Amino acid sequence: MSTIPEDLSYTKEHEWVAGLDDGLTVTVGITAYAAEQLGDVVYVEVHPEVGSTITAGDAVGEVESTKSVSDIFAPVSGEIVEINQAVADEPSLINSDPYGEGWLFRVRVEGEPEDLLSAAEYAALTSGES
Amino acid sequence: MSRSTPLRGVHERLGATLTDFAGWQMPLRYGSESAEHNAVRTAAGLFDLSHMGEIFVVGAQAGEALDHALVGHLSVLAPGRARYTMIVNETGGILDDLIVYRLDEDRYMVVANASNYELVARELADRARGYDARVTDRSDEYALVAVQGPRSAEILRGLTDADLDELKYYAIVPGVVAGAPALIARTGYTGEDGFELFVPNEHAVPLWEALAVAGKDAGLVPAGLSARDTLRLEAGMPLYGNELSAAITPFDAGLGRVVRFDKPGDFVGRAALERVAANGTTRRLVGLVARGRRVPRHGYAVTREGAVVGEVTSGAPSQSLGRPIAMAYVDEDALDKGGLTVDIRGSQEPVDVVDLPFYRRSK
Repeated sequence: MSTIPEDLSYTKEHEWVAGLDDGLTVTVGITAYAAEQLGDVVYVEVHPEVGSTITAGDAVGEVESTKSVSDIFAPVSGEIVEINQAVADEPSLINSDPYGEGWLFRVRVEGEPEDLLSAAEYAALTSGES
Repeated sequence: MSRSTPLRGVHERLGATLTDFAGWQMPLRYGSESAEHNAVRTAAGLFDLSHMGEIFVVGAQAGEALDHALVGHLSVLAPGRARYTMIVNETGGILDDLIVYRLDEDRYMVVANASNYELVARELADRARGYDARVTDRSDEYALVAVQGPRSAEILRGLTDADLDELKYYAIVPGVVAGAPALIARTGYTGEDGFELFVPNEHAVPLWEALAVAGKDAGLVPAGLSARDTLRLEAGMPLYGNELSAAITPFDAGLGRVVRFDKPGDFVGRAALERVAANGTTRRLVGLVARGRRVPRHGYAVTREGAVVGEVTSGAPSQSLGRPIAMAYVDEDALDKGGLTVDIRGSQEPVDVVDLPFYRRSK
């Protein structure tokens, strides 16, 4: 059973969102469950540059493992203010520390965030899938 | 309903991620597939391959029956030796790639892929008609455990009475391994030295556990199908369903050498393959190394100046090369001109054509 921190929000596409309660800027990554499903991550790319505006639900990047490639979807709308260069250089951070050093990008949220899942809801979703 | 090998409980205890492969629940990986891959290259890996098929062909004319049924010349194979070969249809299309072991004068074991062995058993029975040879599919009785990697001989040595120093590459000998009656073959699908151990199902779990204990200090780890796939890809070995299919002849796959026109008598597919050999092929199976970090994968188009000139059959990040590698069928014309790219989700990524295999073990 992979960890699902209580204080984060989640999407059905297995992203996590941190900092929603604190204000404007949130951090986005992919969940431990997703990392386990993918296996060893070998390549990560976030397509938009810092300063670009993204819309919730857009495919904004991709993550490749030995066996597969998956899209990363924007969980919220807003402006990308930071992209994690460390994870681009060392994609295995997604496997070793998905909720910490493996974060992907930060977004200054515009408007009301979309419906995101609570930890309990995400746990229910992933227990149904595995 | 998918099938399980006798080792499924062991895999679950080890925390394996299971995957459906050709209708079987098989371990995809136990932890990190990269670590499993590297263990096989530097120490050793333990594989459950019990989904493979074992078909026995027995009788005074077993060799002649196989000469007729397959593209190789199996009647001249020495007892105790093995050969890589193929079974094709009347038009020369590959139905499966096989390893045939001659166990003794009148007894052969044909090892077929999980996805194909039922078809292979039926075809062999059909094609052996009229010969003094009996075809028996014993896949359900046999488990197959492989130990692969540079330290595999050292690990196996303490568990068996068989003389491993006398067992050459592509040879097989009966023996006892950790109390289990086994057929011990020095074959594999990883590009490393290694052994494949065919044992009756009931011996699979104790054999696995004895090997795991004996190999612990040498760095033996259980390895799943994900590592097996990247290991065979680096070694330039084809996978049925990717590089090989009924639409492909051995010559298309660059494996014309397995077709033995010099053997006596007719064999299924001979006339069609003679035409292919005489006319040549317009596409060739090649190795590609990506210049970037994105991975060319199965089904992606190989392109040149915007035109499709081929198709990727297998691709993966390569641990040994540190970059993505792939095998692909590419038009000869485009290979002559160079400047190839792969269409990776809409972006034309440059690749270099290289000789296969990507990786060759040091002796």
